[in-house]
Parts: sequence; structure tokens; C-alpha cells
Amino acid sequence: MKTSPISTPAQLAKLAASARKAFLAPKPKILVGAATCGLATGAGRVLDALREQTNGKLDGLRVLETGCIGACFLEPLVDVVMPGQARITYAHVTSEDDPGILDAMAEGKVYEKRAVGRIDAEPFLLDDVKKNYRRGKFAEDVRKVPSYEKVPFFAGQLHVAMRNCGYIDPSSIEDYIAKGGYSAAAKALTEMEPEQIIEEIKTSGLRGRGGGGFPTGRKWETARKAPGDVRYVICNADEGDPGAYMDRAIIEGDPHSVIEGMIIGSYAIGSHEGYVYVREEYPLAVKRLRLALRQAEEMGFLGDNIFGSGHRFRIRINRGAGAFVCGESTALMASLEGRVGEPRAKYIHTVESGLWAKPSCLNNVETWNNVPVIIARGAEWYASIGTEGSKGTKVFSLVGKVNRVGLVEVPMGMTLRQVIEDIGGGIENGGQFKAVQTGGPSGGCIPSEYLDSPVDFDELTKLGSMMGSGGMIVMDDRTCMVDVARYFLAFLKDESCGKCVPCREGTARMLEILDGICEGRGRPGDIDLLHELSEAIVDGSLCALGGSAPNPVLTTLKYFSEEYRAHIEDRRCPAKVCRALIRFAIDPDKCTGCAACVSACPEKAISGEKKEPHAIDQTKCVKCGVCVDACRFDAIEVKQGSETE
Amino acid sequence: MDEVLENVLARCAPEPSSLISVLQDLQEEVYYLPREALDQVARRLGVPRAQVYHVATFYRAFSLEPRGLHTISICRGTACHVKGAEKIADMLRAELDASDGETTADRMFTVQSVRCLGCCSLAPAIMIDREVYGGVNPQKLRRILKRYRDED
Repeated sequence: MKTSPISTPAQLAKLAASARKAFLAPKPKILVGAATCGLATGAGRVLDALREQTNGKLDGLRVLETGCIGACFLEPLVDVVMPGQARITYAHVTSEDDPGILDAMAEGKVYEKRAVGRIDAEPFLLDDVKKNYRRGKFAEDVRKVPSYEKVPFFAGQLHVAMRNCGYIDPSSIEDYIAKGGYSAAAKALTEMEPEQIIEEIKTSGLRGRGGGGFPTGRKWETARKAPGDVRYVICNADEGDPGAYMDRAIIEGDPHSVIEGMIIGSYAIGSHEGYVYVREEYPLAVKRLRLALRQAEEMGFLGDNIFGSGHRFRIRINRGAGAFVCGESTALMASLEGRVGEPRAKYIHTVESGLWAKPSCLNNVETWNNVPVIIARGAEWYASIGTEGSKGTKVFSLVGKVNRVGLVEVPMGMTLRQVIEDIGGGIENGGQFKAVQTGGPSGGCIPSEYLDSPVDFDELTKLGSMMGSGGMIVMDDRTCMVDVARYFLAFLKDESCGKCVPCREGTARMLEILDGICEGRGRPGDIDLLHELSEAIVDGSLCALGGSAPNPVLTTLKYFSEEYRAHIEDRRCPAKVCRALIRFAIDPDKCTGCAACVSACPEKAISGEKKEPHAIDQTKCVKCGVCVDACRFDAIEVKQGSETE
Repeated sequence: MDEVLENVLARCAPEPSSLISVLQDLQEEVYYLPREALDQVARRLGVPRAQVYHVATFYRAFSLEPRGLHTISICRGTACHVKGAEKIADMLRAELDASDGETTADRMFTVQSVRCLGCCSLAPAIMIDREVYGGVNPQKLRRILKRYRDED
């Protein structure tokens, strides 16, 4: 569909009506989840095979790539909409399933082998309506597929930020408009005063989704009031927290939502130039965002005189170059200027003097993405979701040792237990829950006794962790908490920009101590020294990287001191993770002598006669455990203690 | 080299703020940042050489050493860590005889650790050039590497 530029809200409404009609047309539709995670599990092959085989088979069939609906554990996902029926979700689809799916579609039936859920109505969140796919009664086989409300992973979720992910083709601006896209920007720019918008955002209670949780409306207000003519709007898409990927999913699945949020923000604070700082490690996100920007320019949503309001605004993309510290606002702005990403002291906030020393309003992807919803549905509606101090929903990446991994969007205030057990389905392989790590390297590990705490900015901070950008890494009894603390310290030591000595040297010293503990060289005074260093780093660092660097150590010391003691006093790693404190042995009764481990071993430490039990040379073994993965007979055991008995 | 650099420079405004994108584009073309190119970039963008060097060594994405044809990035995100990312480095050492940060003798692969690929549901994950592979184990890794070797 070729569309001419839009210069009034009325034109947009007209286009939206026709786009929606096309979107809901009673024609067969196949949606393939083609975000990075889907593609990595083979969605590309499924898509190619589908396109090849559908040639003219079903009248009016539309095959489209869509974003991630969050159920990453079910990838590759294929959804099928047949006219007059529910939308059926098929999981773990391979290209071999394609003919079956197409045949079933041709007969108007469900391909039962892979069906995991059904959606009865297409949601239009911005307009607060749902359009039923179904007309009349359900067919017998459709009724047998559980609706999303009954699928444990989706029940209890509320998709606001992810409203379009998995529903639209991210490369189609018409799809976005069909879903009510850009109507919030039109409303904001033509019906509202900038102050009114800021007031609306303030009333909504929206807080920054990138880590700090600063009230977005207040940030905008300060930026608007800051003196000077030039102001910048910046989107932080440098999603650096390991274990968090909702920003990637939002950009890959719904790039226009971020652009629309930025347009509204630019008008509210009086800015004409915007930047998106996006990680280079997300090539697909960069590609989809570039395309979306071009489309928005062509439609006139970016440029001069947007919606005839006289407001002009343009957005540029800058790619990050692999520095975690650039997620920090002042470092990010330094990087935008082409310099190294070193944070500066924030006696003067970036909203007053940021990029090129001009007032700069920086929000993260999920924050910008929430803005159009607030404008369209109203602050009151938004504020009705969530808790007293944390409004709306939050997307979490529920990953690690949990059964159902994926992106989970829930109202603030849901308990950790509900998220991990009800939605996530508990611990994988029947393991025991030990901790959940939230907030990335600045956050902490929360033990089982606090599982009934609600997810809320302030509650998580009280536990010594934080909301951060929404990573939720579940750990089980085979995760060593000392090793986890060491992992984060190693991360932060590498990513410290080196400007503040306490951060640069302090993290290195803390890492040395933790290395020692993990290697069985722990000493009695180590824990006190870790506490002392932590204090010094917190006090002596300019930015949040250093300011929160000790959190992973402090929370594990607080909640898992037993494990530290086992390492230091008994030279024992209870989780059997720390390499210096364990050894690997082959059970001769189970070993078949297949030699799979021999070729897998990087140190060539395993030997034996063909079809006879093999043995590990302990002097060569580096205890990487690759042999355990290579063994198909479960014959390699991990034992406590580094010495052979 | 000169021609590549000219093309890269032509794509950006000749000002200091373009430094990072110029270096990114240059590295994409020639897989690393040759010294003479850095000197040229400094002159053309009007940035002191020291600052160019500062930027080129500060960011993880840049390499001053020639790299392999394919870059294997081992994800070291938290989810990958608890699911055994450490092991992948060992597996790669077994398969390629190259440790983290090294390039194979035949200049086919460069192995590096990266922060988080944002594919946590696929942990442990690696990325080869721009392709992501999840649930990596010894057998799978061998199959993947074979595919790249066969291609070239």
C-alpha cells in the first residue's frame, strides 16, 4: 500500500480506518515470530518454506514476519488466523510442519500437533477495543485449544509496552497505524499544550524503565523549563544490563511506538532534534529502526510541521560501540559527541546541560514506548494499574534456570513468586529455587524467603536489589552464589571506565578477593575486607556503575553467607561450580567407551580403550565440564574436593 | 585501503562527532583499524590523534589487530553465565585452538567475549558475525563451525 504524507489528524484517522479494515480483512493470515530469538531457533527456515509452499494455495493469504510475543521458550512460533475463527498459536514449528499447517488451513482445521493456545480477539489497546476473530460458534477442534487466558504463561500478563509485539509486521507502518499508532502523537500535537502533556505524564506516575525509576514527567518538566533554545530528546537503547532484552524486543517488534513516544516528548519539552543510541550488538533492531524512521519521515510524522502543528522534529540513530558504561546518561551523551564514554559528575543534571551542553531529555526504550498509551488512554487509566509508587506495567526478561523463559509483562505489584512460579513454571529439571537476580550488575540476588515481595521500584530497593531495566535471572541449587558475585565483579571491573580510582581499583581488588575465595584461597578476613572496599567504592564513584557496583556482593553476603563460609572455611563449593573446588570422574559402570568425551575435551585429558571405561587425567583436567555435556550416558560425575580420594 | 576509507568518510559529516561512526564503518569494511587509517581519520575529522586512539581503545567493538574472517562472540550475559558460557570458551579452544580474544592461525575465526547478546532465552548463546545461535553444546558447536568452514 502506497500512502501519501499525512498532514492533519483527520487524514490520519482516515488512513487508520482503511488500514484497520485491511488488517482485519477476513482473509487467511500467517504470522511468524521473527525477532532475533525466533530467527536463531529457525524461524527463518520456517518462513522461507512457508512462502515457497503457499504460492497461490490460499486465496488472499498474507504471510508476515512479526515481533516477539514473549514466549521465547516456545520458539519458533507461528500464528495462524483463519477468517471467522480464533487465532491459533503453534509452537516449536519446524519447516517440516509447514505443509501440515497449510493443509489444515486449507481445510479450515487446527494443526493439532503444534497448537498451544488461541487468541479469540485482536486487541486494540490504544482504542480500548477488542475485535473478535470469531464469528458464530467455535469449531470443535478450535475449542479444544486453550485460550491465552488459560495458558499459564500468558494468564496474569498484561501487555501494554508489548501491545503490538507479535501482532503487527514491524516493517509495516500501516499495521502500526491500524493498531491506533500515531493517533496519540496527532492528539498531543494538535489538541494539547506542551504543559498539559507534561501534566498528563506526571499524573500517570510513569517512572523511567531503564534503571533509576525517576519520574518521567518531572524530568520532562525540568527539561522544558531549562533555559536556551536548543534541546535534545534522546532514546537510550543501549540495553547493557546482562539478562535484559525487552528493549531489543520492543524495537524489533514495534519500532514505531518508540518513535511516536519521542515525537510526543519532543513537542512537550520543545525539542527539534532526537537521537537513538542503540547497541551495535542488536543488528536487527538497528535495521528495523532505520526502516521505521524512513517510513515516519515519508509519512510526515517526522520533519517540519508535523500534523500541521508547526512542530518540527527529526531523529538520528547512533550505534553504540560495546561499552556498558554508555548506558549511563552522561557517558552516553559523551559517546554521542564522538568521545569516549566517561561519565561526569552530575551536579548539573543532563536535563539542564547534557548533549553539547544543551538541555537533554533522555529516556529508555520502554519508557518512550509507554508514552503514546498514556496520551491515548489517559493518565488516570494508566495510574489505575500498578502500586502506590510504581504505576503501569513492566516487562521482565524471565531467564536462567526457569522452565518457561521469555519476556513477561505484568502489572507492577505482582509478586516475584507469581512471576517465577505461575508464569515461569518454576525451576527447570526439577531443581530447587535458590535466588532471583534483578537489576543487572547494579542489582542483587533475592533469596526464597522474599519471593512474596511485589515487583515495585521501592520494594526491590528495600531488599538491596533494584528494578533496573527488568532482568530477572532465576538461579537454582546448581548456581554458586559466590561465583555469581564474582561474575558481576568481573563484569564491572572490565566495564569500569577508569575515571574514578575507587571504582577502577576497588572493583579489581574485590575481584581478586572473590577469585581467591572461589579458588579455595579464601582467608578469614576476606568478608570484612569486601565490606570495607564496598563502602569506599560507593562513596568514591561519580556514576551509578561504581555507586552500585558492590550490590551483587553485598546481597549475596547478606543472604548467602553460608556459601561464602563453605568456600572459605571448608574449601567447598556446595553448588559444585567453582572449578578449583571440584573434580570430574567417570563412573566405570556407566561409561560405554564411546569416546564422545575424548574429542570434546579441550585439554585432551580423557583416554581409554575403545568400548572400555575411560578415565580422566586429573593433572590435565581444567574442569570445564564440556565432557559432561558431551556424554550421552550420564557417566561423568562432579565431585566435591579437588583431590582424588 | 585509501578507497575504502574515502567511501567511509563520504558517508559522514567531516566533524569530530562522526569519529565513532567512522571507526565503526571502517572496521566493518576491513575487520580492524589499521594504524595509518587512524592517522588519516584524525586529520580528516580534525580530531587529535591521541583522542582517536583513546576512542579506538576504549570501546570494546574496535580492534587494532587484524581479525579473522568471521567473529565468534561468546555471550557472557548473566543467563548465559549460569547456563555455562564459560564452557563455550573451552569448547572453542578445543575446536579452534584459539582462546578468548585470539584469532585462529588461518585467520578464519576471531573468538571474543561480549557482554550480553540479549538472547537470554537461548542461553548459552553465541553470535557468529550477525547470526545468533542458542543452546550451544559441543555437538552443535561443531556442526555450526563446519558450516562456516565449508562455505569458505
